[in-house]
Amino acid sequence: MFSRDSWQEIFETIKKNKLRTILSGFTVALGIFIFVILSGFGNGLQNTFKEFFVDDATNVLRIFPGRTSKPYKGFKAKRRIELKNSDIEDIKINFPLFLEYISPRISRSASVKYNNKSDNYTTRAVAPSHQASEKTIIMKGRFINEADIKDKTKYAVIGRKVANDLFGDEDPMGKYLDVGKIAFKVIGVFQDAGGDNEESFIYIPYTTRQLIEKANDKVDQIIIAYKPSIGHSGAVSLEKKLRLFLKKKKSIDPTDQSGIFIRNVADELKRNEDFAGVLEAIVIFVAIGTLIAGIIGISNIMVFVVKERTKELGIRKALGASPKSVISMILQESVFITLISGYFGLASGIFLLRNIGTALEEDYFIKNPYVDLSTAIVSTFILIVFGAIAGYIPAKRAARIKPIIALRDE
Amino acid sequence: MIKLKSLHKSYKTGTTSLHVLKGINLNVEKGELVAIMGSSGSGKSTLLNILGMLDIADEGSYYLDNVLIENLNEKKAAKYRNLFLGFVFQSFNLINYKNALENVALPLYYQGMSRKDRQKQAMEYLDSVSLKPWATHLPSELSGGQKQRVAIARAMASKPKVLLADEPTGALDSTTSYEIMGLIQKINNEGKTILVVTHEKDIAKMCKRIVTLKDGVIVEDKKIKQVIVKQNV
Repeated sequence: MFSRDSWQEIFETIKKNKLRTILSGFTVALGIFIFVILSGFGNGLQNTFKEFFVDDATNVLRIFPGRTSKPYKGFKAKRRIELKNSDIEDIKINFPLFLEYISPRISRSASVKYNNKSDNYTTRAVAPSHQASEKTIIMKGRFINEADIKDKTKYAVIGRKVANDLFGDEDPMGKYLDVGKIAFKVIGVFQDAGGDNEESFIYIPYTTRQLIEKANDKVDQIIIAYKPSIGHSGAVSLEKKLRLFLKKKKSIDPTDQSGIFIRNVADELKRNEDFAGVLEAIVIFVAIGTLIAGIIGISNIMVFVVKERTKELGIRKALGASPKSVISMILQESVFITLISGYFGLASGIFLLRNIGTALEEDYFIKNPYVDLSTAIVSTFILIVFGAIAGYIPAKRAARIKPIIALRDE
Repeated sequence: MIKLKSLHKSYKTGTTSLHVLKGINLNVEKGELVAIMGSSGSGKSTLLNILGMLDIADEGSYYLDNVLIENLNEKKAAKYRNLFLGFVFQSFNLINYKNALENVALPLYYQGMSRKDRQKQAMEYLDSVSLKPWATHLPSELSGGQKQRVAIARAMASKPKVLLADEPTGALDSTTSYEIMGLIQKINNEGKTILVVTHEKDIAKMCKRIVTLKDGVIVEDKKIKQVIVKQNV
């Protein structure tokens, strides 16, 4: 069936029926091409969603203060709630089994100067454990440590972008930065998977910030990392307990929805994953539709091809072609064309994804679109199988036609 | 070479049954050149189809070279056709995207001959019909007479026992028709058994024997004095 001779016969037939070959080949190539592009875009969208979270730990709760909306225990409504260092200590004491680490964060915008260069950056006054919750990666030097907190040192850990902007080629280590008119010594440079946005921060000890701001003990927000072993349900109950604990401590009505806000990163991640999942389902649906359209296309062409060749097949039968050889000739031809053009569609789809891949990131939220090679190969294979089935039915009918009927002059 | 005994064939069309062949008895010896004549509807095409194993008789027996042709499935029929029979059609039936040489080589391909051998053998047969210089031409580049000569070369290439020609001159003008008949006579003189279906009297007279069919029976079967076509090809 797969002798060299029969292949030669097939090649000759293909070579001498270019239009037919190109038509059926184009259908298949286009089907696979669009399938590859669509699944690539689908994956790219998902990557974009996933990227929102890669730079942060996901076992994190963030506590923000707000204003109360209900009067309680003699306090009026609209009272501003503030978080303090003592709150951190109390949480540490009351929830030791749940906590992995805890850090305050005080964000302030400041004009930062070095020599004659200056720009506005956000400083984050934090504790050492903040490094883990943001997945901050130290490139040079070190992060803020406990000694810095205790001594309220004027040390700064700057992002890669800050270093590039202000220092250029110069080594920033040990240099003094003017941060809001106060000199800070650079003790480290960091990078972050979050990219330029994350790398334009400057980290300083939170105690230093509090000292600068009239030696108060206020914090903007508290970042808590729970032990991953407590799981999602554990995190939900921790969130609930924390809220009750803080409301009681701050004399907030337990039914008051404002006052204290807690954001669970894992919840947001899950919501986004769900959304990305729906998007993916839509993309898969469209891609499968394309594949089906391709199958229908190749089926139509096969029916047409067999019809067109009825007379030729009749001649071949009169000259001694067995029905089996007629069927296998048509099938081998169609499988061969599908295979080659499927490969072509696959290759050009992947090529296009590679080349336009980065161009789409900015405007269309499609990051690093790629297609799973096995998915692409399986879909090409499906198209080949269905192309063969679609060819088999008319080919079988053609092989059954009596030569005399096929050869009748009309 | 061919032995037919009380061959019957009828076609069912809805509720009515059309009895086309009503008991055909025919013996054709090796090396004969037989014309089968008859008006349309006389059953001559049906007879040729049965002889060509393109159709099966309802009753009676058919021996080809002392082999009883029966229980034909598609595969067996294809094999027998390839080994025993060569076909020449009114409308040539060449494969239009294959050149003359490839058309002639096609039955050899189905005999499983190697590419080199069949090219060589096909070229020999093309030469025997004086078309060697046209080997690489497509059918569309050939005249009607040339096409029929390619078709005859193709029919002969598989070295069949019997050559069946269905109105081989039907689509040709008289000069070309005589040329083709001359070629058929030449092949017959080399010893090949040939059956020619025709409705033209002058063509029939170029054969050695005329069998006339009417309404499904043989009404006349006579040997004649053959009109020899002058060979100028």
